[in-house]
Order: sequence, then C-alpha cells, then structure tokens
Amino acid sequence: MSNGRTLLDVQNISKKFGGLVAVNGLSFTVKEQEVLGIIGPNGSGKTTVMNLISGAFPLSSGSIRLMGRELADLSAHRIARAGVARTFQLVRILPGLSVMDNVVAGAVFGHRRRWRTEAESHARDLLDRVGLGDKHYQPVSALTYIDQKRVELARALAGDPQILLLDEWLAGLNPSELHTGIELIESLSREGRTIILVEHVMDAIRTLCHRCIVVNSGQLIAEGTPASVLSDPTVISAYLGDD
Amino acid sequence: MTGEVRSLLIGAVCVALAAAVPYVTDGYWLSIALTAMMYIALSTSWALFSGPTHYISLASGAFFGIGGYLVATGMSDYNQSFWLMMFVAAVVATLLAGLIGLATLRLSGVYFVIFTLGLAEMIRNLVSWVQNNFLGSRGLYVLTDFTDAHIYWMLLAVAAAVFLFGWFIDRSRLGFALKIIGNEETVARHVGINTAWTKVVLFMSTGFFAALVGAIIAPRYSYIEPNLVFSPELSFLVVIMALLGGTHRLWGPLLGVIPFTLIWEAISIWVPNFTTLFLGLAFLTIVYFIPNGFVGLLEKLRHRSVA
Repeated sequence: MSNGRTLLDVQNISKKFGGLVAVNGLSFTVKEQEVLGIIGPNGSGKTTVMNLISGAFPLSSGSIRLMGRELADLSAHRIARAGVARTFQLVRILPGLSVMDNVVAGAVFGHRRRWRTEAESHARDLLDRVGLGDKHYQPVSALTYIDQKRVELARALAGDPQILLLDEWLAGLNPSELHTGIELIESLSREGRTIILVEHVMDAIRTLCHRCIVVNSGQLIAEGTPASVLSDPTVISAYLGDD
Repeated sequence: MTGEVRSLLIGAVCVALAAAVPYVTDGYWLSIALTAMMYIALSTSWALFSGPTHYISLASGAFFGIGGYLVATGMSDYNQSFWLMMFVAAVVATLLAGLIGLATLRLSGVYFVIFTLGLAEMIRNLVSWVQNNFLGSRGLYVLTDFTDAHIYWMLLAVAAAVFLFGWFIDRSRLGFALKIIGNEETVARHVGINTAWTKVVLFMSTGFFAALVGAIIAPRYSYIEPNLVFSPELSFLVVIMALLGGTHRLWGPLLGVIPFTLIWEAISIWVPNFTTLFLGLAFLTIVYFIPNGFVGLLEKLRHRSVA
C-alpha cells in the first residue's frame, strides 16, 4: 500500500494569522493510494493544514507539491483542477440545487471535467456509490445530516481527484451511521484512492489510516502507524496535558 | 432537444408580436411600449448577473448614463455618427464594468450594493463637473431622424439579444458556475470554479447591455445633460422591476416590467408627487409578500394545483 510513489509532498509549511502561528514548519508526504490521518488536540492546526493544501488561504511560507507540481501560489480553483478535492468540517452543500446537481457541480469543474450527460451519468454512479441511489432528485435541504455528508463526499469524488481531503467527515454521526461511514471510506481506499483524513474518531483512525501524523501547536510531534503514534508518550501528553 | 427548440420558437413568436406593436399603435401607447421595452432589456440583463449571484448592483444608471452621454457628446461636440458612438459607449461601459467588477466583486452583500450606488453617483458628478468646467456648460443635442418606432425596434433587438444571451448562459458551464456561486461561494472555489472571472464576465455583460440601451434611448431625449441620463432612480427601477417579476427565470423580469411600467405611468400622470412613495411601497410588497416575484407566485400556484 504505502510503498508507492510520493503523490503529495508538503515541505516546511507555515501559516501565520497576524501574531498567531497556526502551522509552524510542518513537513510530510502522502504516497499514492495511501490513507494518511492527521490527528491532534483541538486547535492544533489540523484544519488549517487542510485549508492550506486546498488553497482556502495562502501559505505564509513553504511548499506543497502535487506530483511535482507546486500548488503554493495557486488559488483554490486551480488547486481543485490540479486534483485536490475536499469536504468541509461543517458540511457545505448547495441548498438551492438538487442532490444530483450538487454532485454534477463537482463533475463539471473538477480535475477531470465532464459535461451534460457524461457529468450526469458520472454523478448518478457516485450517488449510488455513496448510498443515495434513491434520492437523486430530492432537494438537498430535505436530506438528513449524514445524507448531506454523503452528497458532499460524492461531489468531492466527482472530479476524479488525485487526492481527497476529508475534514472530520465522520464527526456528528451516530454510532450506526459512523459504522456505515467508516465502511464507505474504507471502500474508497480499497479502490486505490489517496486520502488525507482529519479525524477525532479514534476507531476510524485505527481502521482506516495506513499512517498518521500528529500535530500539536502547528508542529509535527509524531509520525507512524496508528497503533504506534497512539501509544507514543509525547502524543498522549499532548492530548491529556503534561503530568 | 425538442424542449429547446420549442422555447426558441416561443421566443421568436414573442419577438415578432412585439415587433408589430408600432403598426398597431403610435403616439401615447407606443411611447409606453418603448419605455417598457427599455426596462425589459435592462431588468433582464441585470437579473442574469444579480439573480443567481444575489449581488444587488445599483450601477445600471451609470452604464446607461455612459451610453446616453457618450452618444450625446460624440454627436453634439465631435460630429460623430450615432452608430459609431453607440459602439464606443458599449465598449467603454463593458471595460468600466470589468474594472469595477475586479475591484468590488470581492465585497459581499450590502457593501457591494453601497459601493455600486456610490460609484454611480461619483460617475454622475464627475461627468457633470468635467462637462461644466472643461467642455462648456452648454447642453448636448442628439439630433437624428429616428422616430419612436425606430427606437422601439432597436430596443426590441437589444432585448431579444439579452434573452438569447441568457438562454445560452443558462445552458452553459458559465451559467451553472454562477448558480453554484450564488449558493455557496466557498464550495464554488473548491470544486474548481474561477469565481472572480465568472462574476466579472457576467457583470460586464450587464454594463454592455445597459450602455446600449442608454445609447439607443438618447435620441428620444434630444437634449441631454449628465443629471438626466445618470439617474439613480433608473438603477432602483431596474432592480425593483426585476425583483417584482422574479429573477430565477429568464422571463421573470418581463412579468415585473409590464405591470410596473403601466402603474408607474398612471401614477406619474394622476399623482406625480407619489412616484417615490409608490417605489417604496412596491419594494416593501416584494420583500414581505412576494420575495420570489410573480414567477415565484405562479410556480407556487402550479404546485398547489398539481398536489
């Protein structure tokens, strides 16, 4: 799994918001077909890392390369076209569009661009894939929370991205939904997709991630398999505090 | 495909019927039809941008004014032809809209509204000042052989072009991108839409069409001064008529323009001091009772009869 080529190469990235350093000299790589987990306490800068990779705001310094191509100075839409797709920590749907059009949106403008019937049949496949096969033409506002998350996932997949960023995609789900959610992401991983997860749900991390990085105060404090980082004393003290 | 052919055919029939108006009537009713046609072009074009994006632009008056003023200056002071000046005006307004768009479309909500209103006022005052201090404070005459019927037909051509443009936009990636931007701009950027470019292109189209309308209507006034053509009232009327009809369908503004023009005309004749009051009342009515315009009402009624 994790001995493929390097897909995403993040080198020494930093982000300052005024005086606050949210991400401080972070480096890591993601290999093709790998599922990388980013974990860390609240406010440690995980979501900021996702926002920097997807271009939601610019880097203060450092470099992010996708298959050798520098993303650091590109705007969000160019990064999306280059092959980075994402979901949002707080689910963001397009409330005025149907479930179908929400997903078509991802297919029309993404990394691999489709249009009309091709985009629609692709969106239909993905909706079936995420378990919304019977809800194609419902207004998206009528969906439950997990179904809205499914729509968001299908939208992110619709442009055939090189890498998928899932920012707490499993947060807020009840236990049975969580089980379904984990299975869904696991099946994406089996398809050979490259994924970065930011997640608080430890079960999900153990099941899904091939490798984890642990971030605290914007810095990397540990890296390795889920089992090894979760038993690392530095990581435990970062979560629970010293002594 | 048949649906598309059908809507194009319906459009063609409507244009043909509208083109026949000057043969049926002249004088008073033609002049009302002419005013309505002017607002149909302006409101429909305005709604193509502001409908999906919810960016309420109050700059129509500025682009319209550029159209009228450049035609007047060119013909009166520089002896240029009407057609050349109409072309120049449309190009100038389109470029100006592009600049304004690049500078302001990052502003959101109410800031954009205020900026466009302020900008229109600034252009009006600037043009007045230049006219009074450097070009001589004499009036500008637009003397042509155009009759009301000619002007009406030209406006009809512009309105038809706006509809055709809107029809293409609606079926294009650009139109879909605009809908997504109006729903959630962050998502739009992250699915790969160049949001700035999309908004600027559409905003430029409203500048282009408003300037064309302003240029075409100039011969009707004969005598032009900046305060007349750069009218802020026009910007508000365009917005209110479009909202009254409904901005989420291409033909929505049309349904707002026709009744509004008639009522406006009646009020201007019978109780001329109450036009501003009427404007306010119309706005309140839209906000409280018909937020999606007449089109929204019609669609609600149809839903109810189906259910």
